[in-house]
Amino acid sequence: MRHEKMTKIGLFFIFAIVCFFILIPFYAIALASFKPGGDLVRYGLNLSFDLSVMSLNNFVYLFTGSHSYFNWFFNSVFLTIVQVVLTLLISATVAYGFAAYNFVGKNFLFICVLMIMMVPFEILLLPLYKLTNDLGLMNTYSAIVLPGIASAATIFFFRQYISGIPKEIIAAGRVDGASEYGIYVRLIIPVMKPSFAAMAILNGMNSWNNFIWPFMVLSETVKYTLPIGLKTLLTPYGNNYDLLIVGSFFSIVPILILFLAFQKYFIDGMTAGAVKG
Amino acid sequence: MIKRFIYSQKVAPYVFVLPFILVFTIFWAYPLLDSFEMSFQKVALGQESNWVGFANYEKLLGDKIFLKALANSAIYMILTLVILIPFPMMFAVLINSKLMWGREFFKASFFFPALTSVVVAGTIFRLMFGEMEGSLINSFLSLFGIEPIKFLKGQVTGFVALLALATWRWTGVNMLYFLSGLKNIPDDYYEAAAIDGASKWQQFTRITIPLLKPTSIYVLTISIYAGLAMFIESMMLWNGNNSPKNIGLTIVGYLYRQGIEKNNLGYAAAVGIVLLAITMIINVTQLSISGLFKKEDQS
Repeated sequence: MRHEKMTKIGLFFIFAIVCFFILIPFYAIALASFKPGGDLVRYGLNLSFDLSVMSLNNFVYLFTGSHSYFNWFFNSVFLTIVQVVLTLLISATVAYGFAAYNFVGKNFLFICVLMIMMVPFEILLLPLYKLTNDLGLMNTYSAIVLPGIASAATIFFFRQYISGIPKEIIAAGRVDGASEYGIYVRLIIPVMKPSFAAMAILNGMNSWNNFIWPFMVLSETVKYTLPIGLKTLLTPYGNNYDLLIVGSFFSIVPILILFLAFQKYFIDGMTAGAVKG
Repeated sequence: MIKRFIYSQKVAPYVFVLPFILVFTIFWAYPLLDSFEMSFQKVALGQESNWVGFANYEKLLGDKIFLKALANSAIYMILTLVILIPFPMMFAVLINSKLMWGREFFKASFFFPALTSVVVAGTIFRLMFGEMEGSLINSFLSLFGIEPIKFLKGQVTGFVALLALATWRWTGVNMLYFLSGLKNIPDDYYEAAAIDGASKWQQFTRITIPLLKPTSIYVLTISIYAGLAMFIESMMLWNGNNSPKNIGLTIVGYLYRQGIEKNNLGYAAAVGIVLLAITMIINVTQLSISGLFKKEDQS
């Protein structure tokens, strides 16, 4: 028993140390958000806890100053909601087509789904940029939303999930005279609900943190999302640290609250890909 | 008549998968083919393009900066594999043990960094690895009497910062992958092994590692992919796409530089095709070695 207790303490100790190092960057940025930006330039980001220089000035500036932060913030919120709703609805519909039917070309199309997952998206950045330009969609949210609307990973996950739903439900629907679409909307979607939560979180996180493609597409400050806006505060000619630090810190807060509230779904969503169905 | 056609059981599946067919064709297949085409052309946005044959590829072979980017991405990818597979696996096994206190708390806090965007995480790490005496890492090192280091100006120290950022963001996620893999291993196996007198270490090497293979393959695949395609981490750490002597330049960084910054789309497309070829070769080799294709055929 004594041996077991020692192991317990040892294990806890190891994890506490690792955990300490993981949490330090959060602590550092939280601390810095209470200090003047000039301090950061002069002394660097550090852990000195000096109440005489700390104040709520940055937060006051964040909430009342004249800058575009909350404009970007709500753009991000808006885009995230639109992307999650559309991606989930469309991917689920596609996944149902794959899971519930046998049709000519099904295998080929499913290989296409897998191919999307195997090719780095970054390769498509330039041709997509050119295409967006040709379609006249530059500086629009459509250019951000449309390419991701039938997400391969989400389709893959939903297909696995629907495959686990008893086929009798579909057969019973047909006997009752429901149309093919009626079966999907009235019988299948309600059963799929639990899987929506995990995928909403996975897609929501990707969308909230999405950077490179929106960065290339959007050119107007009023349309920027939060990551782009924050990035533009860092310029080669000097950095707006007052807003950057407090803004970075504040951008973590909403997602942190969501995480603490729906931890299980976050973990399910993130690990969905690794579980073989 | 049309309504009956669309509502028939033969046509319905195509209606369901239609959005995918559209998105796949317009936003994936077409751009990919276009990328191939452009890689044989001289293209600039808003100008006529000219065929140049293999000139772009020939130029790539002798392009020292491209080879530097290639080496950077490859080294980064290999180092992330070395760090981000064994350690998360070990943490998962330890955290899963019955002797663990505060399991849920540790799981959550290991996962926290994955919630931050690369932009925010990159900004924090850029400042932490600042060259000033008072910057977090340097002030920590000074406790051991080490002089301040200009992290982001040296090849090795720059990579230390890059890898620290990757390790910080992904350890928790990979640990969760391994934890979900561990859930699929029945406890009986360990009990039986314990009765037969197997030590904890033997149980780990003979039961845990082999049975975690599907998870390890998954983590390996996504890590190779993410490692080779890394770009924004470097962009954030060096506050732009230009690091001193290109110490932080990656393949995608070079693609971006040539395509967007220099409007040299044909040459950049060739960079993309090389990256595509590399990832495909690695993925196919890796999947056929691990025998995943065989399994797919059976199911």
